[in-house]
Amino acid sequence: MIHSLFLVNASGDIFLEKHWKSVVSRSVCDYFFEALERATEPENVPPVIPTPHHFLINVLRHRIYFVAVIQSEVPPLFVIEFLHRVVDTFQDYFGVCSEAAIKDNVVVVYELLEEMLDNGFPLATESNILKELIKPPTILRTVVNTITGSTNVGEQLPTGQLSVVPWRRTGVKYTNNEAYFDVVEEIDAIIDKSGSTITAEIQGVIDACVKLTGMPDLTLSFMNPRLLDDVSFHPCVRFKRWEAERILSFIPPDGNFRLLSYHVSSQNLVAIPVYVKHNISFREGSSQGRFELTLGPKQTMGKAVESVLVSSQLPRGVLNANLSPSQGTYTFDPVTKLLSWDVGKINPQKLPSLKGSVSLQTGASKPDENPTINIQFKIQQLAISGLKVNRLDMYGEKYKPFKGIKYMTKAGKFQVRT
Amino acid sequence: MTDSKYFTTTKKGEIFELKAELNSDKKEKKKEAVKKVIASMTVGKDVSALFPDVVNCMQTDNLELKKLVYLYLMNYAKSQPDMAIMAVNTFVKDCEDLNPLIRALAVRTMGCIRVDKITEYLCEPLRKCLKDEDPYVRKTAAVCVAKLHDINAQLVEDQGFLDTLKDLISDSNPMVVANAVAALSEIAESHPNSNLLDLNPQTINKLLTALNECTEWGQIFILDCLASYLPRDDRESQSICERVTPRLSHANSAVVLSAVKVLMKFMEMLPKDLDYYGTLLKKLAPPLVTLLSAEPELQYVALRNINLIVQKRPEILKHEMKVFFVKYNDPIYVKLEKLDIMIRLASQANIAQVLAELKEYATEVDVDFVRKAVRAIGRCAIKVEQSAERCVSTLLDLIQTKVNYVVQEAIVVIKDIFRKYPNKYESVIATLCENLDSLDEPEARAAMIWIVGEYAERIDNADELLESFLEGFHDESTQVQLQLLTAIVKLFLKKPTETQELVQQVLSLATQDSDNPDLRDRGYIYWRLLSTDPVAAKEVVLAEKPLISEETDLIEPTLLEELICHIGTLASVYHKPPSAFVEGSRGVQHKRLPPRAGSGESTESPDVGQSGPSEAPPAVIPSQGDLLGDLLNLDLAPPTATVPSVQPSMQMGAMDLLGGGLDSLLGGDIGGSPSMGAGLGAAPAAMPASLGSAPAVGGGLGDLFDLGGGVGMPTGSYVAPKTVWLLAMKAKGLEISGTFARRGGIIQMDLSLTNKAMSVMTDFAIQFNRNSFGLAPAGPLQVLTPLSPNQTIDVSLPLSTSGPVMKMEPLNNLQVAVKNNIDVFYFSCQYPLSLLFVEDGKMDRQVFLATWKDIPNDNEAQFQIKDIHLNSDVASNKLQGSNIFTIAKRTVEGQDMLYQSVKLTNGIWVLAEMRIQTGNPNYTLSIKCRAPEVCPFVYQCYELVLKN
Repeated sequence: MIHSLFLVNASGDIFLEKHWKSVVSRSVCDYFFEALERATEPENVPPVIPTPHHFLINVLRHRIYFVAVIQSEVPPLFVIEFLHRVVDTFQDYFGVCSEAAIKDNVVVVYELLEEMLDNGFPLATESNILKELIKPPTILRTVVNTITGSTNVGEQLPTGQLSVVPWRRTGVKYTNNEAYFDVVEEIDAIIDKSGSTITAEIQGVIDACVKLTGMPDLTLSFMNPRLLDDVSFHPCVRFKRWEAERILSFIPPDGNFRLLSYHVSSQNLVAIPVYVKHNISFREGSSQGRFELTLGPKQTMGKAVESVLVSSQLPRGVLNANLSPSQGTYTFDPVTKLLSWDVGKINPQKLPSLKGSVSLQTGASKPDENPTINIQFKIQQLAISGLKVNRLDMYGEKYKPFKGIKYMTKAGKFQVRT
Repeated sequence: MTDSKYFTTTKKGEIFELKAELNSDKKEKKKEAVKKVIASMTVGKDVSALFPDVVNCMQTDNLELKKLVYLYLMNYAKSQPDMAIMAVNTFVKDCEDLNPLIRALAVRTMGCIRVDKITEYLCEPLRKCLKDEDPYVRKTAAVCVAKLHDINAQLVEDQGFLDTLKDLISDSNPMVVANAVAALSEIAESHPNSNLLDLNPQTINKLLTALNECTEWGQIFILDCLASYLPRDDRESQSICERVTPRLSHANSAVVLSAVKVLMKFMEMLPKDLDYYGTLLKKLAPPLVTLLSAEPELQYVALRNINLIVQKRPEILKHEMKVFFVKYNDPIYVKLEKLDIMIRLASQANIAQVLAELKEYATEVDVDFVRKAVRAIGRCAIKVEQSAERCVSTLLDLIQTKVNYVVQEAIVVIKDIFRKYPNKYESVIATLCENLDSLDEPEARAAMIWIVGEYAERIDNADELLESFLEGFHDESTQVQLQLLTAIVKLFLKKPTETQELVQQVLSLATQDSDNPDLRDRGYIYWRLLSTDPVAAKEVVLAEKPLISEETDLIEPTLLEELICHIGTLASVYHKPPSAFVEGSRGVQHKRLPPRAGSGESTESPDVGQSGPSEAPPAVIPSQGDLLGDLLNLDLAPPTATVPSVQPSMQMGAMDLLGGGLDSLLGGDIGGSPSMGAGLGAAPAAMPASLGSAPAVGGGLGDLFDLGGGVGMPTGSYVAPKTVWLLAMKAKGLEISGTFARRGGIIQMDLSLTNKAMSVMTDFAIQFNRNSFGLAPAGPLQVLTPLSPNQTIDVSLPLSTSGPVMKMEPLNNLQVAVKNNIDVFYFSCQYPLSLLFVEDGKMDRQVFLATWKDIPNDNEAQFQIKDIHLNSDVASNKLQGSNIFTIAKRTVEGQDMLYQSVKLTNGIWVLAEMRIQTGNPNYTLSIKCRAPEVCPFVYQCYELVLKN
């Protein structure tokens, strides 16, 4: 099981360590640092690093490496999942997960880690339960604690710990009862030179913010549940009911949580909401190249494509770019060769374009590699897969809650090859 | 008001101040002080001096303060065992507190205090907590048993905790069940043979029920435990599968993968024609695909496992090729894994798409990735016959780019394509030859040479090409040298008339000027073949070669089966059996897939009757290096440390070394027998005479082979007699004497443990402090039987040099702690540096010269070795026994100069010059080393070895 945890910042300093069994010397991290040195990019450090006596499993989030030390055979996914959970918890507690935030709250961090893992076994990782055990720091509470001398550690055994619904605490009360659901879809795609789709898939999630009094039992049904053949549920969802009726039935946790995530694979036809016309060419022997990009909406079901941001890593030989956008602004970083163009909203009547020339370093030969274009965008009020919620019902409580459902589509890794 | 304020006191009297605050009457001040202490602890400051003061704060009703004190205790109890006893009472009291939170907290902390003395006091409270009415306390206590077992296994067994733990598997609360399973699994890992997790249909049923209700982490433990169960029949297997399948939709990827493991394993037992079997196969694909949309670290682990699954059951993911297409901003480790799986899934149906992708990747920026992509194209050609032509033309396009590493990689794979489809694509050879000059990597050069040799008859200037390679023969790597030798022999057999000179040249280069035994052996074999029977030679060398198999790097079926049983573990990430690398899992049982039930199939291997590749398991060719499977072309990696003791005797050209090398091999008494040296010396002179004179060559070879018997004998290094390291009076009756030895490359510490006390001693363990060369025990101290009074046990402890390093004074000082049931004892001893002299410490002569000059004269140290009555040969033999190698000998005016080299385990080279004046018993020794501090210790070794 997990033996120790080291937190390492971007400059390679260990700024926190926690041991759940015997103390493992910091020197074990030397193997990690070696790997860090070898990696060309910070994110290229291999997740599992063997050392003579231990294994180091690390994740990189918010520019902090969370390095877990394990000694015996442990499922690595277990460790990685747990590390991500630790980061989520820190974020939940401190708003951001940064070195400064962790150092500012070092005692809470220590208490949390102690509560989350016992002898390497996860103990309490549900944020609901943790928050009852250890109160998150707020300015008000700090002040009150200093005056009254009370603590921010709960004195009571969290009720959820052992109930059949460990994710929900009892005695929840709200004056305004509300349940909001966000259907957010990210579309990952690779489009080839000629504009045809090589692969496209949709990662969807339904995030919920439920603030309901008591023990509500909710059901959520879809217009087209057939789309959801590859789903991962929050533990609260009753799987049998889903299998039989394709209805989500659950007692929700209190507050924000992810109800389910789903995946619509390339097997189904995935609608591609934008297209790119491009012409990037270099001539042999010339120090100038032509650069033209035009964006346009494709299958958007009539909704506007917003917050469009185009970025592309130009070849190393490129010295500078002299372009003019028809809308928005563009920047070119001559050091990293990163071109980015903040387009904004796409107006179907007047398609945004970016045209001009790029200059090569004198003497540089025609670049071999073709730049890939990365596109980010958002489409409000649309789930690109076509998923639609039919209705939401509540049982078990008498009041009438406010209900709301929002849809949104975003670009995930949306790449166009040139 | 943040915690960062706790870090601000960096003044000198910090500890003192904290002490005062900890002893303050005010609760609030106390708590703040403890927080400061904890803050210092987290950043690695030593605040252990405050132990008594912090422990004093323990008796409090403030839960936060209590928790903080507990945190502190866990960290420092080990270093302050006597003090930690003070805390025991509070623990015992807390275990009976009314608040279950406090009971649980106490039992949890207790287990984390890794002090032997304390554990005994904790048994009673733990026993109570295991039967506590509150499940929260029970589940915490279950884990505590595992903790205690880690500290003192015997105690846990004696107290019967294991049985209590087994009972908890039937607990009414799922969380308790999960933790009991987790604790038992952990304990079972260190007790491979104990039948701790005795699974039967009843317990399995309980586990499956608990599976639905416990936390995600508990589900992982239970699933992993289920995976080790062997169902009685296919019906039971199916019912377990049915109840595990819902886990595939869990949000936690570790749960998903553990469920996949259970299903993959139990599926083996289901009959193929069952509807459910097909349904299950279909259900496995989506969750695996979903894993690939998670964070990159999760993707990596998932991909490594998918690689196994795809090899075992390609049908699961055969339609999902596209999800493995690489995105340009994937981390490199994800890209490489995806590529590997793409090739495994490549088939006639999707090859066009795959090739287009691979070509795209070959123009990316990352060199490693591009190389692998090019190689992948070649593998596709070999795997999917219909696509071979297209692959070859893609490769040719890539060669046209003239990007150096792309060209080299392409040539390496084209060689493989030739081996798979002989006489089909030879038209491209001309294009390949154009790029001859740009090849600078051994693998590519070797591949090109192979092609030239294999198709020598079709390449007009084959002899010129090969000759051009031959010019720099000595600078080539072994791989290229071997290939060149074979290629020229092939050429000679095909075009004997023009190439006689060339073949003689290469044979003499290989046999006389090389010190690589592989190359020499191959040279001699060819030479002999050619000289005795050219027709036979032709049959052997130009024999028809078997085609290479489709999949080149499949995991061996038995290993694959074992790995399938370990899906989701580290073993699956490294594709190695768990026993191969995980420390502490001594004697792990090898897991096998269950046999398939039903119509007579059960006796056959589980692979039988499955689709595609598994029907006829393809011959597996070692994956490294090239694919030349036939005997003659077998390219071994350059031999490393395994053969050096043979090398000196084979040093045909270097006459002056011969005597020394041989002597040591034949044992001291023969001592430089001149006849042997002469016999060997004669051989090379006869050899190059002519190819036809077989007898002479035969004779030379015969002599060489006769030596064989003597060659392998281990050379014994000097071992000092045991000295007493630990006196009985200082160690409550335990006397330890010992010495160090290096035997066959392994460092050993030979110990004699004598019990001079009145009572029996047991539970021996040993530990080293950090030391200059990182010596550390390579295994536990093997004292299996108790040591009764007046008994002595001799043990040999193998040592490794991979431990933590810290410079000691003196350099060879080693601080040792030995523990037994009575106490822990410390002593220090000094080891001879010769312990660290490695077997491949023989430096090349040229390198020696250059290095000697390179090391500044300030680093040279001179010593006198007095009263040695040995001649230089005997001396150098003796030294060689301790891995001090004589590289050359020079005699100037009656004075023998021996030049010697030594290599230490940490890679430090020591060079020495020893001057021996005939008739003068005093030797002069000059030692040069980049780390001059080792010189006196090397001198010590010389003296020790020569005088004994």
